[in-house]
Amino acid sequence: MKIVVCIKQVPDTVEVKIDPKTGTLIRDGVPSIINPDDKTGIEAALQLKEKMAGSTVTVVSMGPPQADVALREALAMGCDEAILVSGREFGGSDTYATSGILAAALNTLEYDIIITGRQAIDGDTAQVGPQIGEKIGVPQVSYVEEIREVAEDHVVVKRQFEDGYHIIKIKTPCLLTAIAELAQPRYMSVKGVVEAYEKEIKILGFEDLKDNLELDMIGLKGSPTNVYQSFTKEVKGAGTILKDLSAEQAVKAIVDKLEEKFII
Amino acid sequence: MDFKLTKAQLLQQELFRNFAETEIKPIAKDMDEAEEYSQELVAKLQKIGAFGIPYSREYGGQGADVLTYTLAMEEMSKIDASTGITLSVHTSLCCPCINEFGTEEQKQEFLRPLIDGRKVGCFGLTEPNAGTDASGVQTTADKEGDYYIINGSKMFTTNSGFADTFIVFALTDKSKGSRGMSAFILDRDMPGLSVSDNIERMGIRAASNCAVTYENVKVPANRLLGKEGQGYKIAMTALGGGRIGIGAQSVGIAQGAIDEALKYVKERKQGGRTINKYQNTQFKLAECQTKVDAARLMVWRAATAKDNHENYAPLAAMCKLFASEVANEVTRVCVQLLGGYGYCREYPVERAMRDAKITEIYEGTSEAMKMIISGSMKV
Repeated sequence: MKIVVCIKQVPDTVEVKIDPKTGTLIRDGVPSIINPDDKTGIEAALQLKEKMAGSTVTVVSMGPPQADVALREALAMGCDEAILVSGREFGGSDTYATSGILAAALNTLEYDIIITGRQAIDGDTAQVGPQIGEKIGVPQVSYVEEIREVAEDHVVVKRQFEDGYHIIKIKTPCLLTAIAELAQPRYMSVKGVVEAYEKEIKILGFEDLKDNLELDMIGLKGSPTNVYQSFTKEVKGAGTILKDLSAEQAVKAIVDKLEEKFII
Repeated sequence: MDFKLTKAQLLQQELFRNFAETEIKPIAKDMDEAEEYSQELVAKLQKIGAFGIPYSREYGGQGADVLTYTLAMEEMSKIDASTGITLSVHTSLCCPCINEFGTEEQKQEFLRPLIDGRKVGCFGLTEPNAGTDASGVQTTADKEGDYYIINGSKMFTTNSGFADTFIVFALTDKSKGSRGMSAFILDRDMPGLSVSDNIERMGIRAASNCAVTYENVKVPANRLLGKEGQGYKIAMTALGGGRIGIGAQSVGIAQGAIDEALKYVKERKQGGRTINKYQNTQFKLAECQTKVDAARLMVWRAATAKDNHENYAPLAAMCKLFASEVANEVTRVCVQLLGGYGYCREYPVERAMRDAKITEIYEGTSEAMKMIISGSMKV
């Protein structure tokens, strides 16, 4: 089975702040990490590989040359190959252009399952994964919290939903987007790091992908998104938990609160 | 001259740092209180390869260098010096004896499981009456047919509470003193080998450190390392390299204390302002960090010399002498910066100050280091 994981290198948002004047992220001195949902995706892929003898895991990232570190980390965790999609033409791409570039890169590879993280902690759009699925024309399931069954031509997954979950059987090749519940990422190993730096990372630039890409579909030109404003969300007050109430007391407590706020 | 770590070494450092923060930090205080090293943690360390860092992949090791090993020692010891010594005794005292003096068969049979993460090793040289003067060893190994019969007792054998493999030094010829000493590879389950409870100590209390008694332990002759009479040389070679690890452990203990103090002084208010605004705090921390950086550079220099197969022994002695003294001084200053809280068990600098003391004693006291250094200077 050939598994491809798409990852993004992101600033560690635990330590990142937004410049109030420009509305952009202050990235100076902020460490870069593999986006957490993507790291979950790597772990899920490695677990599949361990279950299915003869499988390979290829990790793909689009980014500047420095994104190399994220790919080395993925190799050190146990991925077999790494591909960096990088080039000046790709700079300034929004999610739409990015998914087009990644789709073009994926079209040069063989795959049975593509795994992406649900969303990246820097943009939080959750768009790139599903867009890739659309652009390469494979079925997709987002918010995957469990891979229940893997077979030659299909997988069965559990999709998290607001009020429950769905169990979905999906034909391969397919694309899944991972959420944290799917897997707990393993550590790299010392030997893994040694070997990660002995491997070569394949670089795909615009020239390598131009059969599937138009210049006006990528970069700033190919990006329909305009960011109007960025701001740090204000923290809402903590909720109140009322415990050990009878049904009658609970109803009264809620009605009292609603009256207090002039809602009823 | 380039003082930068390579990209691979930086990624290794990140691995060790994340591991220590996530896996060790939450349990370090409890392990110290319980005076017991978590076997679950041993298994996790084995999984990331921490027990085989500077060893060849050919024998199941991780294929990294000695410098990378010092990064592991520093990052682990920043959080917990007991983890530092657990790794160090295994990696730089036990394993080198087999790696450097073992036959191909011995490497396959005994080194491989130690460095591929299946077994843990220890090193038994010190005895109740033979410390700095290792030539005073009284444990004996008498040859009987295809076996050696070992009798004696060893003191302060780190890791012995749970180790699988014991490197033991014993006299095969009592008349020759240290030149009659030989080294053997023993298994924990050999009849006649018994291990005491963990010895109650001031610091590195989580580490396993016991007295081991050998009573008519029958050891097959193929477990002799090198030749009869080579034991003292084997022990000194291992200890010579081990000191780089203790230097790195000392740097870790000191840096860990500085990191804690730095956090504290930015929060603690006295006289209407946080205490980092006082020049005394600023200068004390500046002095501490300068000394720690100097010690780290000495550790890296010794490690690089070992990686390059240069004469590292005096460099290792110097880095251990300096770094261990820095660890004691810096932890003392950091406890002082935290005032009364620094003296409380709740704050990790208290443990760091207790842990630091041993670095001036084990794997050669500071005084023994000065003998080695002055000897190399031909004073």
